[in-house]
Amino acid sequence: MKVGVVRFPGSNCDEDALLAVVEQLHEQAVMLWHKDHDLQACDVIILPGGFSYGDYLRAGAIARFSPIMQEVVAHAKRGGPVLGICNGFQIACEAGLLPGALLRNASLQFRSMPVTIRVEQTNTRFTAAARAGQLLTMPIAHGDGRYSDSDAALDALEGNGQVVFRYVNAAGDTTDDANPNGSMRNIAGVTNAARNVVGLMPHPERAVETLLGSTDGFVLFESLLAAVHA
Amino acid sequence: MSRFKVAVHIVPRRGLLDPQGKAVADALHTLGFAAVGDVHVGRHLVIETDAKDGAAAEHSVRSMCDRLLANPVTEDYEIASVVPA
Repeated sequence: MKVGVVRFPGSNCDEDALLAVVEQLHEQAVMLWHKDHDLQACDVIILPGGFSYGDYLRAGAIARFSPIMQEVVAHAKRGGPVLGICNGFQIACEAGLLPGALLRNASLQFRSMPVTIRVEQTNTRFTAAARAGQLLTMPIAHGDGRYSDSDAALDALEGNGQVVFRYVNAAGDTTDDANPNGSMRNIAGVTNAARNVVGLMPHPERAVETLLGSTDGFVLFESLLAAVHA
Repeated sequence: MSRFKVAVHIVPRRGLLDPQGKAVADALHTLGFAAVGDVHVGRHLVIETDAKDGAAAEHSVRSMCDRLLANPVTEDYEIASVVPA
């Protein structure tokens, strides 16, 4: 398996994502420059965290026009796996790969802290190795993470089982206190209808070895090697 | 073709939580502006564009809003003015 990590101007978690694949998953990974048109035959694409294009206009709004994104969208439409992490999640939403939008945190504060999320769906390319209801602790670091959409759209999302992760407390309950950014319905991550694209605000690539304080993020990478069970 | 200056207001969609607007409203209340109700914080863009007339300039900027300037999921926009540049 070959994983491509897209580097935009302003990406800052690209190396972490690459290392998670190479050193922990022991699979091949390459960096893809945003101006390139070539996915270099990668099987999986990661849109990493950071502040692409300085978050100008809206987080992710400009990055989606990068030449490489046309190829990433085509890859996703063919059913190719795409993982959007933090800014990558914002970009995926702006590019129409995922539903909804990520707005300024309700607190208006940048939040950098560990959070606990609950796995809601295991039939995606990035959660196939997880257990439904499994609690994962990993860091967040964002100012624009409030997942939002219309109530009708959120109802449809839940009806289709497209909510993949929710912010929860240590007991696994979706409380307001456990919600770091005011996301509607405590949504931390979602998937598309075809279930090959997943986006989340927390950083799994920063939680893949004990030295980092948590290994809970590894299951997302491990899932790439597992078969998707519906 | 002549050049027009088109001003656009982009605001959070009504009904969505607007924490910035609420923070500003709270600050205004603290300052004594008790009459202030809701406040909404958005973006104001001024775009200079060539067009055959004002209507064409506005049409073009609406298309820009739909495709890039406003997020169709969470934001509404209105053309504030169209004037010759």
